[in-house]
Amino acid sequence: MVVNCQLKRVYVNEKWCLGCHLCEYYCAFASTGEKDMARALKDIRINPRIRVEERNGISFAVSCRHCTEPLCVKGCITGALSKSGGIITVDRNRCIGCYTCILSCPYGAVSPSEDGAIQKCELCIKTHEGTPRCVSGCPNGAIVFEERGE
Amino acid sequence: MGVQYIYPEYEIVRNQERCIVCRVCERQCANEAHEYLKDSNKMVSDDAKCVNCHRCVALCPTRALKIVKSPHTFKENSNWSGKAINEIYKQAESGGVLLSSMGNPENYPVYFDKILLNASQVTNPSIDPLREPMETRVFLGAKPEKIERDEKGRLIRNLPPQIQLSMPIMFSAMSYGSISYNAHESLARAAAELGILYNTGEGGLHEDFYKYGKHTIVQVASGRFGVHKAYLNSGAAIEIKMGQGAKPGIGGHLPGEKIGRDISRTRMIPEGTDAISPAPHHDIYSIEDLRQLVYSLKEATNYEKPVIVKIAAVHNVAAIASGIARSGADMIAIDGFRGGTGAAPTRIRDHVGLPIELALASVDKRLRDEGIRNRVSIIVGGSIRSSADVVKAVALGADAVYIGTAALIALGCHLCRSCHTGKCNWGIATQREDLVKRLNPNIGYKRLVNLLTAWQHEIKEMMGGMGINSIEALKGNRLMLRGVGLNEKELEILGIKHAGE
Amino acid sequence: MKYVIIGNSTAAVGAVEAIRRNDRNGRIVIIGNEKYHVYSRPLISYLLLGKTDEERMKYRGDDFYSTHQCELKLGRTAQKIDVEQKCVILDNGETESYDRLLLATGSSPVVPPIPGLDKMEKKFTFTTLDDARALEEALFEGARVLILGAGLIGLKCAEGISKKKVEIICVDLSPKVLSSILDDQSSEMVRKHLEDHHIRFYLGRQVTGFEGYTAVLNDGTQIPFDVLVLAVGVRPNISLLRDAGGRTNRGILIDDHCRTSIPDIYAAGDCCESLDVSSGETKIMALLPNAYMQGECAGMNMSGVDYVFDKAIPMNAIGLFGKHIITAGTYKGDTYFESDGEHFKKLFYSDNKLNGFILIGNIEKAGIYTALIREKTPLDTIDFELICQTPGLMAFSRETRAEKLGGVVNVSVSSPIGISCAE
Repeated sequence: MVVNCQLKRVYVNEKWCLGCHLCEYYCAFASTGEKDMARALKDIRINPRIRVEERNGISFAVSCRHCTEPLCVKGCITGALSKSGGIITVDRNRCIGCYTCILSCPYGAVSPSEDGAIQKCELCIKTHEGTPRCVSGCPNGAIVFEERGE
Repeated sequence: MGVQYIYPEYEIVRNQERCIVCRVCERQCANEAHEYLKDSNKMVSDDAKCVNCHRCVALCPTRALKIVKSPHTFKENSNWSGKAINEIYKQAESGGVLLSSMGNPENYPVYFDKILLNASQVTNPSIDPLREPMETRVFLGAKPEKIERDEKGRLIRNLPPQIQLSMPIMFSAMSYGSISYNAHESLARAAAELGILYNTGEGGLHEDFYKYGKHTIVQVASGRFGVHKAYLNSGAAIEIKMGQGAKPGIGGHLPGEKIGRDISRTRMIPEGTDAISPAPHHDIYSIEDLRQLVYSLKEATNYEKPVIVKIAAVHNVAAIASGIARSGADMIAIDGFRGGTGAAPTRIRDHVGLPIELALASVDKRLRDEGIRNRVSIIVGGSIRSSADVVKAVALGADAVYIGTAALIALGCHLCRSCHTGKCNWGIATQREDLVKRLNPNIGYKRLVNLLTAWQHEIKEMMGGMGINSIEALKGNRLMLRGVGLNEKELEILGIKHAGE
Repeated sequence: MKYVIIGNSTAAVGAVEAIRRNDRNGRIVIIGNEKYHVYSRPLISYLLLGKTDEERMKYRGDDFYSTHQCELKLGRTAQKIDVEQKCVILDNGETESYDRLLLATGSSPVVPPIPGLDKMEKKFTFTTLDDARALEEALFEGARVLILGAGLIGLKCAEGISKKKVEIICVDLSPKVLSSILDDQSSEMVRKHLEDHHIRFYLGRQVTGFEGYTAVLNDGTQIPFDVLVLAVGVRPNISLLRDAGGRTNRGILIDDHCRTSIPDIYAAGDCCESLDVSSGETKIMALLPNAYMQGECAGMNMSGVDYVFDKAIPMNAIGLFGKHIITAGTYKGDTYFESDGEHFKKLFYSDNKLNGFILIGNIEKAGIYTALIREKTPLDTIDFELICQTPGLMAFSRETRAEKLGGVVNVSVSSPIGISCAE
C-alpha cells in the first residue's frame, strides 16, 4: 500500500544562510506567545528549537525534519512524541525527560527545554499564518516551507 | 590618531529597552560598526564606522536601531558647508583624489520634478487600462526611411535588426565585477521574465548567463574586457560604451583585489590584475572611427544585432548624437549626470555633465531637425526614479529608458554610496563571498519583476489618463508636458510649454 | 487474516501500528498477562518519584485499542503454542487460532538462589506496575532499602524511591555501577554522583545469604535492611517458543524480518536476541526503542509487506538525579576522550567507523553519533576531528548536508518496501 503524503516541510539551503541567527530568535519568540519580540526576549537567554551550525564561513540552520520514519517517535519511551498530519509533536505533559529522542535523532534536532521536558520544532504554522516563524524571519530565503517531491 | 578632524556624519541610535542582544547587527555589518560587550551583555556601536546602509536597521528584529544625522556641526557658513570642510580635511590627510559611488547627490535641478503630465477631461476621453487594450511594447532599432514595395506591390522587408521590449525600460550597464554575481543573476532572470533586456556592462558575460542571451545587451567598452565573437553573438544587441554619465571623460578602474577567479575568466585578464578601462577608446578619434567599430561589430555578428552607442550627456551632446546617428549605430544611449557608478572621482561625478532631461530634449530635436530621427532609437538613463520619470522621458522623445540605481534599490541598495569600499552589506556592489550570498537571486529577481510590473501598471494608468493607448503615441508627445517654475530658456530646450499655457 | 499477539507492551504496540498501516480489516487479538492498558514499563521509577502518574504512564491513548480494532484478552497467560493447529492455548483452557502469531512476551526479573531469600516477605522485583505499587506500599519513613544490582533497573529504582525518606544501600557483584553501559572511568564518575545523593554502595561483592533482614556479603559485611529490591537482571521469556520446537538461545532467535524458526511465528522485543550492528554479535538488547522497531518490523511482515530491521544497536538514555547519561554501541577500538568533571565524553572507533560512545552531562545532539554507528558511516567521509568535538551536520560534506536538509526526509532504520509514508 503506497500512501501519498506530500506535505509542506521546512527545508534549509546553506547556500543562502548568512549565519545571522535570526531564525533562532524568531523561533524563541514564536514559543513565547507574546506580541512584541522586545518584551518577549529582553534579557532572556534563548533556547530555540532551530539551531544554526556555523564554522569557517559555512552556516545552516537545523530543525526537526519531521521524518517519514521518525526514530524519535519510535524510540519514545512514554509515547509523548507522536506524529500526525506529517508533524511530529511532543506532549510535554507526558515527557519525563529521559532524552531517548536526543539519543535517536540523527539531526540533533531535539533538545532539552528549561523544565527538563524535551523541545523540538513542531511547525508553528497554526499560530503564524501558515508559515513557521523561522521561515518568515529568514532574511535571505535560506529556510523555506514548501512541498517537494521525492 | 591624535587629532580627529572628521566627526562621524551619522549616529547609530540603539534603544536599549528594545535591544535583545541577538547580535544580528554585529554579524551583518561588514564595517564592524557594532560590537558585543560580554561583561555587560550589551551591544555598542561605533558611529565612525557606520556608512548608513541600514543593513542592521533592516534586520534588527525588534526595531531597536535607527541611524540619525549627527547634530554635530561647524559654525554656520553658507559658503563653507560642513561637507566642503570635511573634504578638505580628508584630502589634507590623504593627498588623494576623493572617490564616490552611485549618482551625483548634489542639489542641482531635477527637471523631471518640474514637469507635469496632462490628463483628458470631457472632449478627449481617458482610457481605462483595466478594460481596454494598452500597448507598452516597443521595438528599438533603426527604422526605414520609407515603406517600399516591389513591382507586385508586396512590402519589401527592409527592416534593420530590432529589439523588442514589453515596456520601454531596460536595466542599464553594470558589470560583473562592479556588482556581484548574484546581482547579475537577479537582473538577468528578471529581464528574461519581464521580456526586457539587461546589460552586461564592461565586464564580459559570465558563462552561466549565456542562457539569458536573448535578454542581454553585451557591452564593448574601452578596456574590451571579455569581448570575443561568441560574446558578441550571445546577446540581443551590442552596446559600444563611449562614456558614462557619472564620469564623463573618465575611464574605469576595477582594483586587482576584486579580480577573483571567476571575474578573471569572464574578463579574460589575469587574476589579481587591475582592470583599467582607458578614458577614450584608443581606436576612436572621430565619428569615422566610431563607424568602423560599429561596422566591425555588425560584421562580426552578421548584421543581425543592432548596435547601441552609449555616451554621457555633455555640453554638445546633440551634435555628438547626430554624428552617432550617421555612424551606422542603431541606437543612442545617453546617460545623464546623475547616473550611478561603482566608483568615480567625486569632483567628476558631481561637476561634469548635463541633466538627462535637457540632453534628451535637445538630441531628439536635433535629430528631428536633421531628418534622421528614424535612423536611431534613443535610450536615456541617469536617474530614472519612477514610472512618472519614464512617461516624461518618453514624452520628451525617448524610445526607452535605462534604469540602474532604481534596480539596485529594488535589490536592497540603500544608497549609502560606499560601493567603492567593496564592502556592500547588501551583497550588491561587492565580491566578498560572505557578502555576495546576502543577495539571494531567487528573492532579488522577484523584487525586480515586482518593481517593473508595478511601473508598467502605472505607465498604463498615466497614459490612459492622457487618452493615449500606446508608447508609440506618447513618444515625443510634448503637448502632454508642462513645465512648472522653469524659465523661458529651459522651456525652449525642453520643447514644452509652461503650466497654464 | 487473524493476527495474535502475545504480550501487551512496546513491541506489541509497534506491531499493531504496523499491521494497521497495511491491513485495516484483519483481526488482531492481544493476549496479555497484566490487566492494564498498555503502559510504559520504564516509567515505574518516575511514578514512585512523583514525576508521572498512571494516567500519563499510558504508552498510547485510551482509544488505542478501539481505533486499531484490537481484541483484548488481558489477565490471560498463553501456555502453549500448537504449531500444527496454528493456535495458542491459554491458561483458562481457551484456544486462540492464528494466521500470524507474534511473541512479544518480554522478559522476567531474575530471582537469584540466595539462602534465606525464600523466607523473606519484603522482597520485590522492579519491572512492572504491580511491582512498583507493591514496593511503594512496603516503604516507610526511615526504611532501609537494600537494592541488589547497580544496573539500570536497580539505580532507576533507587532514584524512584529517593524522595521517600528512605536509606538506600546498593550491592553489586560488579566493581562498578552501570557496568553494562559504562566504562570504568565514567562509571566512577556516576558512582560519585550517586553517592552525593546518599546512595551507599557495596560494589564487587555479593550477598551470600540472608539472616532474617540482614544481608551477609562474601567479605563478611553485614547489612541490616527493611526492604529488599531484586534488580540483578532479567531473563527473556522464551519457553512458549522453545516448547513449540522453535530455535532459542538465551533469547528467541529471529532473522532481520523478525521471523522465528517456525513459519508464521514472529517475535519482537525483550524476549529476542538480535544482531547488534555495532559489534556484529547476536545478543539480547532489552531496550524500548528496539522493542518498538522490532515489533513494527514484525507487524509489517505479518501483514504482507517485506520489511527489514537490521540496524539494532545497544543504546541507553538514562537520567539519574539530574545527571544525564547517553550511551550507544560497543566500546572497542581507539578512543576520543574529554571530560571536565561535570561532563564526560568518550567515543570508540576502529576500522574507519564509530563503534560506540558514552556521554554524561552534556548530551546535546547525541543522535548524530548514534547515526554514525547505526549507518556505519565511513569516518574518512566526514570531518571526524570536528564531529568528535562538536556533534553536528557540519562535519558532513556539503552534498550530504544538502541531501539531509533539503531532500525529502526518509531516515531509514529499515528498508521499507512499497511504503512511502508512515502515516
